[in-house]
Amino acid sequence: MAADKTTRSETFPSGIASVGLGEVEREVPLDDPPPLPPNAGLAVIGKSVPRQNGRAKVTGATRFTVDVTLPGMLHGRILRSSLPHARVRALDLSAVARHPGIRAVLPVARPEDPVAALVRYIGAPVAAVAAVSQSAAEEAMRLIHVDYERLPFVADMDKAREPAAPLVHDAASAPQGSASGFPAPRGLPLNGNVRGPASDSRGDAAKGFAEADIVVEGEYRTQVQMHCCSEPHAIVADWRADGVTVYMSTQFTAGVRHELAETFGLKLSRVRVIVDGMGGGFGSKSTLGAYGRIAVALSRQAQAPVRLVLDREEEQMDSGNRPGTWQRLRIGARRDGSLTAISLLSYGTAGVALGAGVGNMAQALYACPNFTGAQHDVFINAGPGCAMRAPGNVPGAWGLEQAIDELAERLAIDPLVLRDRIDPSAVRREERRIGAERIGWQKRHAPGADPGPVKRGLGVAQSLWAANVQTNSACEVRVMRDGSVEVLSSVQDIGTGIGTVMAQTVAEVLGLRPEDIALRIGDTEYPAGSPSYGSRTTASITPAARVAAWRVLQSLLREAALALNAAPGDLIARDGRILVRDEPGRSMGFGEAAARLRTDRISAVAARGDDYGGFRRRMEDAALAQQDLGGVQFAEAAVDTETGIVRVERVVAVQDCGRPMNPLQIESQVHGGVVMGLSYALFEERILDQHTGRMVNPNLEQYKLAGAGETPAIEVVLLENYQGQSATDAYGMAEPATISTAPAIANAVYNAIGVRLRSLPMTPAAILAALGKIPARS
Amino acid sequence: MVEAASVLVGQGEAAESGGPAVVGPDPVQITLTVNGVARTIEVEPRMTLAEALRGLLGLTGTKISCGRGACSACTVWLDGATVCSCMMLAIDVGTRSVTTIEGLATGGRLHPVQAAFIEHDALQCAFCTPGIVMSCAALLERTPDPTAEDVQRAIAGHLCRCGTYPHVVAATLAAAKARKA
Repeated sequence: MAADKTTRSETFPSGIASVGLGEVEREVPLDDPPPLPPNAGLAVIGKSVPRQNGRAKVTGATRFTVDVTLPGMLHGRILRSSLPHARVRALDLSAVARHPGIRAVLPVARPEDPVAALVRYIGAPVAAVAAVSQSAAEEAMRLIHVDYERLPFVADMDKAREPAAPLVHDAASAPQGSASGFPAPRGLPLNGNVRGPASDSRGDAAKGFAEADIVVEGEYRTQVQMHCCSEPHAIVADWRADGVTVYMSTQFTAGVRHELAETFGLKLSRVRVIVDGMGGGFGSKSTLGAYGRIAVALSRQAQAPVRLVLDREEEQMDSGNRPGTWQRLRIGARRDGSLTAISLLSYGTAGVALGAGVGNMAQALYACPNFTGAQHDVFINAGPGCAMRAPGNVPGAWGLEQAIDELAERLAIDPLVLRDRIDPSAVRREERRIGAERIGWQKRHAPGADPGPVKRGLGVAQSLWAANVQTNSACEVRVMRDGSVEVLSSVQDIGTGIGTVMAQTVAEVLGLRPEDIALRIGDTEYPAGSPSYGSRTTASITPAARVAAWRVLQSLLREAALALNAAPGDLIARDGRILVRDEPGRSMGFGEAAARLRTDRISAVAARGDDYGGFRRRMEDAALAQQDLGGVQFAEAAVDTETGIVRVERVVAVQDCGRPMNPLQIESQVHGGVVMGLSYALFEERILDQHTGRMVNPNLEQYKLAGAGETPAIEVVLLENYQGQSATDAYGMAEPATISTAPAIANAVYNAIGVRLRSLPMTPAAILAALGKIPARS
Repeated sequence: MVEAASVLVGQGEAAESGGPAVVGPDPVQITLTVNGVARTIEVEPRMTLAEALRGLLGLTGTKISCGRGACSACTVWLDGATVCSCMMLAIDVGTRSVTTIEGLATGGRLHPVQAAFIEHDALQCAFCTPGIVMSCAALLERTPDPTAEDVQRAIAGHLCRCGTYPHVVAATLAAAKARKA
C-alpha cells in the first residue's frame, strides 16, 4: 500500500541545545520540507536579523491607522454614557442631525429595545456621529439629548457578590462566553452577579490534604490593569457599493474580516481589512469591537470614509482591561516537598464582561495528584475586560508562585530545590539552573536579613503557557522571473517583527538574504494568516512560510535542473545560487534560474499543517501543541523600609519558545514582558470611584506606567528547545515573558523585608502598611 | 530672563503692543519653519502644533498618543530643544524652527541614532519611536558622550508600552560612539 502513503518518516533534532540534543522520529507529509537542523547549522534562521521595517519605523514613514487619510474622509465620535447603570428612556438626535457639519448619526443605545436600552458602565456607547471635522464631531456631542433613568449600580467586586447587590446583568443580557481568558465556557450558572463556578478537579483533594504534613493557605488579590497601547484603537472604514475596506489597528485582520462579513451581511470577498503600522494591542485589539461596528455603520450611512480614533480617556474606559481577581489557594505537601493537594477558589471581575479567572497555573504547573478548583466571574458596572497578555495566568502566577515560596520556607527547603522536586518540566529545570547561576542565587540570604533601612532580596517565579497554534493560517511565496521574491499573508506585524521572521524563514529555504524577500502582509487580499495573540503567530505562520517556500523552490529547481543537467533532487539553494549538492562547482545564480521560468512568476500557497506528532487538543481553528512553553525569571529588589519604595535592580529572564527564530527580536519581547510585569507589580491600577462608578485616572499621568527610570538591568537567556513538531519547530514568546515577573518581584520583596505582600500593586503605601508603619488601606 | 518672557508671549509684535494679539476663533494664517522649509498654513488658534504637523502638513511621523503631555510620543524640536507638540499651540511657535522625525535624516542618510535604533532593535510597535528618537538625538547634541543614566533621564518622560527601554539605552550609547568615530 506504499502508493497510498501520504507521509514519510523523518528524524528531527530533539531536546535542549545547552543540555544535549537527541533525535526524534516523526511522520511528516510527503510534500513538507526535510527537518530543519538546529540553529547552529543554519544561515539565516536563528540569527539576530534587523527588522525589515526598521527604517520606516525610525524615520516616521510607517503608516499607522491613525495616519490614514482618504479623500472625503469624515471624523467619527462616540457619545458615551455618563452613568454607570441607566435605562435610556429617550434619545433625541434631531438637533445633532441639523448640525451643518454632521453627515451621519447613529443611535447605539435603543430606547425601544429592553436590552439595548440599558447602559451598564460609564463610557458605554450611546450614540455616534460622523462629521466633516473632528471639532464638528465634538461639538455635536453637546447636541445629543439623552434622557436617562438612573438605575442602582455596583462598582466593587466584593459588594457585587452580596445577595442584595444591584444586578448588572440578567439572564438575557449576560454574556455567554468569551473567546479569551478564563473561565468563560458557555452554560455556567448565573446567581446574582456571580457566574460560575468553572470547576476542574482530579484525584481526591480532601484525601490529599489529610495526607499532607504541611498546608499553606493564602488569599491573593490583583488589580485591574489597562492595556495602554501607544496607538489608540483606530479604524478608517470605507463603505462602497461593491464592498467595504477597513483600515484598522488590529491584531487579527482575517478575524476582523470575518466579523465584518457576519455583522454586515457581506460575503468575505466584499470585505478587505488592512493594517500596516500597528501601535500595540496586547490583547485589546483582537476583535472588531463596538467602535469598529460603529465606524462601519457610520460610513455606510454617510456613503463616505469615516475615521474613528478613540481618545486616551475612551481608551482607559472602554477598550478592555486585565480583570481584577481574588483567589484563595491551599497547598498541601509532605515533608520532602511532594505536593499532596491543591485547592483553588477564585472570583474575578471583567466589569460587564467575562474572562476574569486565574488560568491554569495551579492546575498544571506542578505535579500534584489531587486538585480542586472553582473559578467565578463577577459582574460589576465597569468597562469590559478582555484578553491582556497572558490572561488568567498572570494573576494565577501571582498567587501560586508566592504560595510555593511560602511552602518552601515552611518546609525549610530552598525554593529552587523545592521546584526541582515538584516541577516535571526538564526545560524549566534547565532554566532554573541557568538563572540561579546568572543572578547569583547562592548569595541569597534569610528574609529581612539586611541591616539598615534599605533591604535587598532575591526572588524567583515560573511561568506556564500553552504553545498555541492557529491552523487556519496560510502564506504565499512568489518567485519572480527577475529573481525577486515576495512573501504574502494577511498576518500582521504588531511590533514583534513577524514579517522579518517570515523573510528569514523564506530566505533560509531559498538560499537568499532576508533583505531579498519583499514582505506583503497585513492585508486580507493575501492568504489568511494567523492572529497576533495567544503567542501563536510564529508557531502558526513560519511553518506555512517554510512549506510554501519549499514548494516554490521545487518548481524553480526543476527549471534549474534542466540547465545544470542534474536531477532536481540533487540541487540545493545556498548563498544566492542553485548548486548540485555533491558537486558545488556546478551551479547557477538564483536569478539565472528564475530567468528560465516560463511565466513572469511562480507561486505556492501553504497552510499551517498539524504539528508532527499531533496536537494535544484542537478547538476549531486553534490547537495546542503537545508541550507547554515555560520560562523562569529571577528578580533582585531593594526595598526602602522608610519610604516603602521598591526598586527592582535586576531581572534575569530565562525563556523558551521552541526554536528561537530571531534572538534580538525575542529579547525585545522579553524586555517588554518584564517591563509590563514590573509595571503591574509596582505601579499600575485602575482606580474606580465606588460612589460614582467612574475611573478617576483615565489617562497616562495618574495611571502610572513604568518608564526607563524604573526599568532594571534585564538579562535574557533563550533556550533552544527542539521537539520536531513542525517545519520550523518555533513557538511564541510574548505572553510567557510577562507571567512570572510580578511574583518573582514579590518573592524578592519578601526575601528583602520578611513580610509577604499578597495584593497588587506593591505601592510604597502597601509596603509601609505591610511593615506596620502606616494603617492598611481598607 | 527677557528672552524667556518673549518666548512665552510668542509673537514679537504682540509683546510690543503690551499683550498678546487677540486671534480667532476663525483660522489665521501662520508661517512655520519645519525641517528647514517655510510653510504657510491656515490654523484655528486652538490647533496644537502636533495637529498642524500631522493634519495640515502631512508630517504624520509625529504621533499623538495621550494628547496631554504625559507620554512624549509627540516630541519634536523647537530651535533644537525637545517639546511635546501636543502641548503647544501652532500659533505660539512663532519664528522658532521646528524639526520633526521626518527632518532628522539628511540627504537619505539616517541620523546615527536612527541607524543604531535599527541595529539594536530599539523599537517594537514603534508608535512611540519617533518621539524617543527625537529625544535621544537631542541628548547627543547637548551631551555627546552620555552615560546610560543620561539616556534614561533623557527618555524618562517617554512611555513605551512595548518596553524597549533597554535597547533604546544601548542604541543611544552606540550612536554616541558612532558619531565620534
